[in-house]
Amino acid sequence: MHDHLILRIIAKMFIPFILLFALYVQFHGDYGPGGGFQAGVIFASALILYTLIFGLETAMRVVSPTALRILAASGVLIYGGTGVLCMLRGGNFLEYSMLAATPLAGQHLGIFLIELGVGTTVFAVMVMLFYGFSGRKDPSS
Amino acid sequence: MNAHLPVLQVILPLLGAPLCMLTRSARLNWLITIAVSWSGFVISLLLAQQVWVNGPITYNMGGWVAPWGITYHIDALNAFVLIIVTMIAALVAPYARRSIQKEIDRHRQAVFYALLLLCQAGLLGIVITGDAFNMYVFLELSSLSSYALIAMGKRRRGLTAAFQYLIMGTIGATFILIGIGLLYNLTGTLNILDLAEQLNKHHLIATGNRTLITAFAFLTVGLSLKLALFPLHLWLPNAYSYAPSVVTIFLAATATKVAVYMLLRFCFTILGHGALFQMTLGKIILLPSLCAIFIGSIVAIFQYDIKRMLAYSSIAQIGYMTLGITMATPLGLTAGILHLFNHALMKGLLFMTMGAVIYRVDSVYLSDFRGLGKRMPWTMAAFVIGGLSLMGVPLTAGFISKWYLVKSALECGWWPVAGLILIGSLLAVIYVWRVVETAYFNPDHELEQRSCEAPLSLLLPMWILVIANIYFGINSDLPLSMAARAANLLLGVGV
Amino acid sequence: MNLIGHYNYLISIFLMMVGFFVVICRGNLIKKLIGLNIFSTSVFILYITMGKVAGGTAPIVVPGPGPHIYTNPLPHVLILTAIVVGVATTAVGLALTVRIKERYGTIEEDEIRLKDESL
Repeated sequence: MHDHLILRIIAKMFIPFILLFALYVQFHGDYGPGGGFQAGVIFASALILYTLIFGLETAMRVVSPTALRILAASGVLIYGGTGVLCMLRGGNFLEYSMLAATPLAGQHLGIFLIELGVGTTVFAVMVMLFYGFSGRKDPSS
Repeated sequence: MNAHLPVLQVILPLLGAPLCMLTRSARLNWLITIAVSWSGFVISLLLAQQVWVNGPITYNMGGWVAPWGITYHIDALNAFVLIIVTMIAALVAPYARRSIQKEIDRHRQAVFYALLLLCQAGLLGIVITGDAFNMYVFLELSSLSSYALIAMGKRRRGLTAAFQYLIMGTIGATFILIGIGLLYNLTGTLNILDLAEQLNKHHLIATGNRTLITAFAFLTVGLSLKLALFPLHLWLPNAYSYAPSVVTIFLAATATKVAVYMLLRFCFTILGHGALFQMTLGKIILLPSLCAIFIGSIVAIFQYDIKRMLAYSSIAQIGYMTLGITMATPLGLTAGILHLFNHALMKGLLFMTMGAVIYRVDSVYLSDFRGLGKRMPWTMAAFVIGGLSLMGVPLTAGFISKWYLVKSALECGWWPVAGLILIGSLLAVIYVWRVVETAYFNPDHELEQRSCEAPLSLLLPMWILVIANIYFGINSDLPLSMAARAANLLLGVGV
Repeated sequence: MNLIGHYNYLISIFLMMVGFFVVICRGNLIKKLIGLNIFSTSVFILYITMGKVAGGTAPIVVPGPGPHIYTNPLPHVLILTAIVVGVATTAVGLALTVRIKERYGTIEEDEIRLKDESL
């Protein structure tokens, strides 16, 4: 993949925009269409594109499998932690209204944290799947 | 904190799983698993006590009330099933460490605990939730982790068994999804209690609405796949015999029970109190149940892989549970629900002895049991007691549920069915006896001197189950009264 | 209320049967997974069409007066979850297939069965 000049240049141009769009979808999720699932997948697709162009080893230097495992776990922990925090503040599990002074601010903060957790996990799991499949050697060859 | 117990029941294992993913140390993960499983058991006991004293508990997720939000609803039935699942989980957790050191590759051991906790979270979620779609999501959570768990063994046939289970399980889950979708289409609600109310209010049950019938056809077939009712059981023998022992113990004692619980929920709580069920679905399930008892037991007699033999015996035992359910009388349902508990006790015990045999002998073929009665006296004694319970010998737990099953069959006037139950027990005598005979009366002189009893961490959970099998056979008041209360609740009589 | 009026159901039944047929009749594990995916996609379509309200728009607040007709978003949200579950199932299935290929050297069901029986 060293001489595909056009592919490399185009990919390098596109990847920042894909990442930016993912962040937009992530943080715009409370007001319009979007949210953690979609943002996580878009974010992962940027990294997968990078892997396709520059190879698996390079990509693993950018985000290592260990980091992905930690990200995947911490996403779920963020989600659960938000729920538990609501409980500690006197509400039910995931009752966001309890998170801040006013229920409205609480709902905003709650859904923001939840979507952050979802986005992190979805991104990490998607890339993990891709690494997992593309990293295997064909035993017959 | 008491008010939050219902949600803690599910999120403890659900958050324990990512914690296990963070570390690479199998030992640390094992400790997390033990802590989570035991606290889960304590929570389920506390919940059952609350339900027993104060009646059903409702917990609104996120503070949204019933028909709009997801609620956890705990009544006599699911409090009982929660105890079954958490009890087995709590016993399997200490057992797991030594067993998987033997049966699972070193680098996979840490992940194993994460998957086990996820599976546990899924099963507990199915039981505790009061929302039909939520049930589907938790069902898939537990199924996906069990596919991965089954494939973890060192033998390659575990892979094909897991794949087969994946195909059948996904078809079953998709059928359930269709059923839930059609119910939502009819009523516009997903809350189980609200579903029952809406169906009643619009007279959909009485008039035999066609969409409703279709929905229940899909649900019944999907659930039968999941609980391995006779013609749809093909995934079960392979999955149970090639999975690592710990996985087999856990799944055999809990997964099918939870599917039976789902069947009870849909057919009784949603579909009114049994009258309609008895006329239609009950009649349809009756024949497969009887076939399961017979064909499962007969096929079990001809198995030489003892784990596989016990898997076929599980299919037969599931037949007993569904048979009790089809009667749709208080006594029959009590017997069926009680058998959920007793079967978890005895099959958990029997598969635990298999795990111990694999740990020492590395094989569960019948010929390898020669002389084991002398070499592993405690393990084989546990097997004998588990076997007696499986046959339904008096003073063991298995006797109580068989007794009530026969009694309710007679009460319904189903004489032939009562006879068939007894013949099924005789078949169980044959297949258990084969193992006992080989272990005790077929000595292997070369190896006889070397005692190779299983380590204490395997024996201890096993013998706790032995004691439970005997205790609940002598003094069955506690599970019996809980099962009776659950049955009355489902039939809507005298609560 | 004629047959054509229910075309969404017809489509999803057709897809369901196609998927089911592939799952049952093909011995190749990858093809089985593809069949399984078509099968579950048909249910997704069933749910998605269920939420459609004639003349309804996407359930985002529209400026301007008057009652607006919105499509029911709940089935769509539900099916988003089911799609994620489907992705996870496919991933587990493919991972199993890869490991079956590594251990058996084939992904044809009958060849796998032969190799198991020859042991």
